[in-house]
Amino acid sequence: MAAELHVALVAADREVWSGEATLVVARTTSGDIGVMPGHQPLLGVLESGPVTIRTSDGGTVVAAVHGGFISFADNKLSLLAEIAELSDEIDVQRAERELERAKAEGDAAAERRADVRIRAAATR
Amino acid sequence: MGAQLRVYKRRIRSVTATKKITKAMEMIAASRVVKAQRKVAASTPYATELTRAVTAVGTGSNTKHPLTTQAETVVRSAVLLLTSDRGLAGAFNSNAIKAAEQLTARLEAEGKQVDTYIVGRRGLAHYNFRERKVVESWSGFTDEPTYADAKKVAGPLIEAIEKETADGGVDELHIVYTEFVSMMTQTAIDSRLLPLSLEEVAKEAAPKGEILPLYDFEPSAEDVLDALLPRYVESRIYNALLQSAASKHAATRRAMKSATDNAGELITTLSRLANAARQAEITQEISEIVGGSAALADATAGSDR
Repeated sequence: MAAELHVALVAADREVWSGEATLVVARTTSGDIGVMPGHQPLLGVLESGPVTIRTSDGGTVVAAVHGGFISFADNKLSLLAEIAELSDEIDVQRAERELERAKAEGDAAAERRADVRIRAAATR
Repeated sequence: MGAQLRVYKRRIRSVTATKKITKAMEMIAASRVVKAQRKVAASTPYATELTRAVTAVGTGSNTKHPLTTQAETVVRSAVLLLTSDRGLAGAFNSNAIKAAEQLTARLEAEGKQVDTYIVGRRGLAHYNFRERKVVESWSGFTDEPTYADAKKVAGPLIEAIEKETADGGVDELHIVYTEFVSMMTQTAIDSRLLPLSLEEVAKEAAPKGEILPLYDFEPSAEDVLDALLPRYVESRIYNALLQSAASKHAATRRAMKSATDNAGELITTLSRLANAARQAEITQEISEIVGGSAALADATAGSDR
């Protein structure tokens, strides 16, 4: 059996996803980081971006995560985010509307959030 | 129907209508308590993970941060008071306000200036009526607070604490809210939120003396702490908001339950009085008829002779 790590993706008001995985890729402020089982203890600040979780049964879970932290110790990985959505929860039309609105208003943070949502939704 | 009886009947009708309303409010509050409790439970994983992370940075590095540094002399403190927007919740709001006032008096006795921040219309109305200064207030979300609301509240507070005291910043932050102990017990408590004592956070995170691993910080311990501490404060405020909401609903439920019980008792008493009035009326009518016929009989008997 391949080594596994336990992943918990939690948003401020709910647990979004939890389960076993073999690889987790997330975007920290200093670049993308991939965590596999047995990684050294890590605590990092996340950027707004998609998080890819390769589950142990071969599937892939993609979530749009906006701000938060990644922490890994004892083969347990927690992704803490203020807002987190799984790719199949994302309302693409709404995100596109948001994107247009953000572009029109020149709101860079909102534009980035909408962009991350659309890209995460595109992978499903 | 006699006048007395009619008055009783009318009062019974009005109390019955009130009872129906309070009963409905009781049921609504009961369902909202459960919902609020579920929200508290749903926010727990995030809070625990965050506490763990804060502990990890706190113990794994010697970083200094404005949010964790105790000022040498505390000139100004901020007090955040959580109340509700609506009343009909028994002593819920007055208990919270009383706790805040005690805390304010204690801080002022220690020679500190107190800045008051208020959540909820009830608390704000109390302070405005007494013409006391409120630095900032928020309302409209106390029944079902979201994380975005907590962020909105935490923002100006964190800003105030990071500002220099001379420029109007504060040195410590206290929070007064109603803790949800159980369905029957809710207590107004105050606690110091900032400056954060990392030792206390550590005690909370690992009470069994569990040793945390040495973390690798990405990008650096300072940056992680910088990003982490405001989130931690937000999450604590979010938790306080949720507990306060759950407590408010529980207090409403209890207040409405006793209102319903009282209305029921009042209806019983009034029905008894109405029955007695009706009976008295009947008795009087009978005695009038008997008296009248006796007088009539006496009169006829007299004329015969």
